[in-house]
Amino acid sequence: MQVKNEFRPKIVAFCCNWCSYAGADLAGTNRLQYPADVKIIRVPCSCRVNPLFILRAFQRGADGVILCGCHPGDCHYTSGNYYARRRMTLLFSMLDFLGIERERTRVEWVSAAEGAKFAATMNEFVETVTKLGENKRLEDLRCKKA
Amino acid sequence: MVNVRPADLFPAIAKLQKLYVPDGSQVSGTELHKPFKEWKADRDAPCERVRTPKDFFFPQTENLMEFKREGKTIEIVDTRRETEDFVIFGVRACDVRSFSILDKVFLADPVDTYYKNRREHATIISWACSPESMRETCFCHTFGIDCADPEGDVAAWFDGERFYFEAKTEKGTQLLDSIKDVLTACDEEPVWDLKTAIYQAKKELPLADLTTEGFTPDKMMEYFSSEKWGELSEACIGCGTCTFVCPTCQCYDIRDFDTGHGIKRFRCWDSCMYSDFTKMAHGNPRVSQLERFRQRFMHKLVYFPANNDGEFGCVGCGRCLAKCPISMNIVKVMKALKEDDKT
Amino acid sequence: MQESMKQKALALLADGTVDRVLGWKKGDFVYDVTPAVFESTEEVERDFTFSVFCGSNLSKYLVKESRKEGKILVFFKPCDAYSFAQLLKEHRVIREKVYAVGIECYGKADIDKLRDKTGATVIHSVGEANGTLTVRCFGGKEHTVPLYDVLLEKCESCKSKKHPVYDELLGDEGEVVDDCNRFDSVAKLEAMTPDERYEFWRGELSRCIRCNACRNVCPACTCEKCIFDNDASGVAQKAAADSFEENMFHIIRAFHVVGRCTDCGECSRVCPQQIPLHLLNRKFIKDINELYGEYQAGADPDTRPPLVNYNTGDVEPSIVYERGGKENG
Repeated sequence: MQVKNEFRPKIVAFCCNWCSYAGADLAGTNRLQYPADVKIIRVPCSCRVNPLFILRAFQRGADGVILCGCHPGDCHYTSGNYYARRRMTLLFSMLDFLGIERERTRVEWVSAAEGAKFAATMNEFVETVTKLGENKRLEDLRCKKA
Repeated sequence: MVNVRPADLFPAIAKLQKLYVPDGSQVSGTELHKPFKEWKADRDAPCERVRTPKDFFFPQTENLMEFKREGKTIEIVDTRRETEDFVIFGVRACDVRSFSILDKVFLADPVDTYYKNRREHATIISWACSPESMRETCFCHTFGIDCADPEGDVAAWFDGERFYFEAKTEKGTQLLDSIKDVLTACDEEPVWDLKTAIYQAKKELPLADLTTEGFTPDKMMEYFSSEKWGELSEACIGCGTCTFVCPTCQCYDIRDFDTGHGIKRFRCWDSCMYSDFTKMAHGNPRVSQLERFRQRFMHKLVYFPANNDGEFGCVGCGRCLAKCPISMNIVKVMKALKEDDKT
Repeated sequence: MQESMKQKALALLADGTVDRVLGWKKGDFVYDVTPAVFESTEEVERDFTFSVFCGSNLSKYLVKESRKEGKILVFFKPCDAYSFAQLLKEHRVIREKVYAVGIECYGKADIDKLRDKTGATVIHSVGEANGTLTVRCFGGKEHTVPLYDVLLEKCESCKSKKHPVYDELLGDEGEVVDDCNRFDSVAKLEAMTPDERYEFWRGELSRCIRCNACRNVCPACTCEKCIFDNDASGVAQKAAADSFEENMFHIIRAFHVVGRCTDCGECSRVCPQQIPLHLLNRKFIKDINELYGEYQAGADPDTRPPLVNYNTGDVEPSIVYERGGKENG
């Protein structure tokens, strides 16, 4: 079968163990559809994600990176997501400052009960990144398959 | 001796071979050799003052080979591409000498084939300095380099209107032969005048009196154990600026980069100033910045000449004098060690 | 100023208040001054210098020096004192071992700018009088240029002439400079389209030779082992092999000093390739000021730095999508 050679973005989603990962799980058990292009990486808390994680995801071929954590105020560790929020705000702003498309990065708060929100968020994010096309500005050519 | 106007010269060479010329369009002070596009005849083209032309033969990073795994077999891919012949125009006398120093390292047994390949494809047109191109940091004379009569395949002088050429090697003769249509035969007199002006300017340089006197192999232990190293190295911040702007520094590291679907083995410049330089299984042989600092200068001034018929590992280009963040440099080291000698 | 600093150093060494002096030592040319530790009055007499070329920040040396025997006298320009204060806040320097003397400062000169402005090639000497520099060159040629025209970038947009911490002051106590306009250059970039910004930064960062001078000179970068030197980190690199690594190194380096960078400008001063690295740090500082309230690292010992602090009502990261800047055309 000839597959049409259309662009499908690779998306890395960092999900906190306590809310968003469970939210993704719920989306699955509820049979809500979201693209298979989203690869989930489970982290203990959204604040476990440091800027290098985001950049490394781009280096290894991601076209978009999204961080999901508990809603502010609901962090399993009380305040982790508050710190993550500040860090990501500053990092995304810096990426924007360097001229890297700001729509490639995103933070979304998804609770364990929000399976539907998780699926909707991922659908929307994949669509946004698909429109942007391949990540060229923060790519590592060595990691591209010839 | 032959001469030619820049407007005729560059297109003539560029028609035959890839031609690199000093490019003035960079941020002031960070000039580089770039492929020839046009020649701005109205200015004395700047030479590289940070980067060096050693990049042509020994680039900061280069891929050596790749490994690809298919099932249970590993394929080794030679990533080398045959390079075409090219001409580098406008290399200063100090930088030209650096090539012969690098040759002693890379062309000695075992020969570095990556380096040799590029070296063989290049023809070097050197360019004599002028009183305007000199800086107070120049001290090439210390190492017996004559910036009024540079080495290279072809030596060039510029009087503001015409370039004067003298072939120095077989390769140089061939190059001049290949563009002989644009060349005019002339006598050497105009070049004598240019040389006189250069010698006059050189005499007035602040480092005109600096010599290598005393830096002989028999002094190795004496210099190595000098008390001065502590004082000299105390301000060193351990960055690699001096080594990366140096035309003769030749240390490199070989690393594997995991691309996720294979391995790229690359080599990149390394710096003896770095804490992980020559790190081995047991750790690092030089644990303090003092030892690392001493290594760099002992290598240039004592070890290298001891192993290479007295040729020093420095060409006096002055880049490290201008660029060190804390202004510690080889000249200060030489002066301090010599002071030791006197007492 | 040099004379009163010298006298101060000699007096404090002689009466045993301090055992060593951290200052600047003169070099072979006028501008190549080197930070140095002086251990005796003779050394101070012979080599101590203070001139318009003493732009380097001495505070980082104290991380090591304050762990040695005895007390050390150190001279701080106001911007250096901010770095010192920040190091104290992070407990990287032992306060009791340091005798800090604040010195007034009217800006330091950039030798590259001086050369560009005057066209001087072989510089024999540079004299300074009443804010004017006189450069004497090969062949007896002289050029004069106002110091104001050849200031280091960090001095052009000097943020403060006040010393946040000191044991003693030489010269007048200064004030924080409110209208320093140091964010103008950042704002100019922010107003561009992403494509223009991308082009700008590629042009700048592609010159990086990964000499690590910016990192090693930075008073905020005092990790015992940097992540970029640590083989086990997976991101260790000795040379930026491609544009990604250039971006990664500079983004991460700037990020690691967010809320700790006092904007002392050393990174840009030492960059051999003249990359305006201070713009990255200033972008972070500007964002912090706008999003989380004014914060100046090193200004006071008590305020919590912005990245180890939060408000429940902080803005969401999505603010980045909404803020300024033109769209691509």
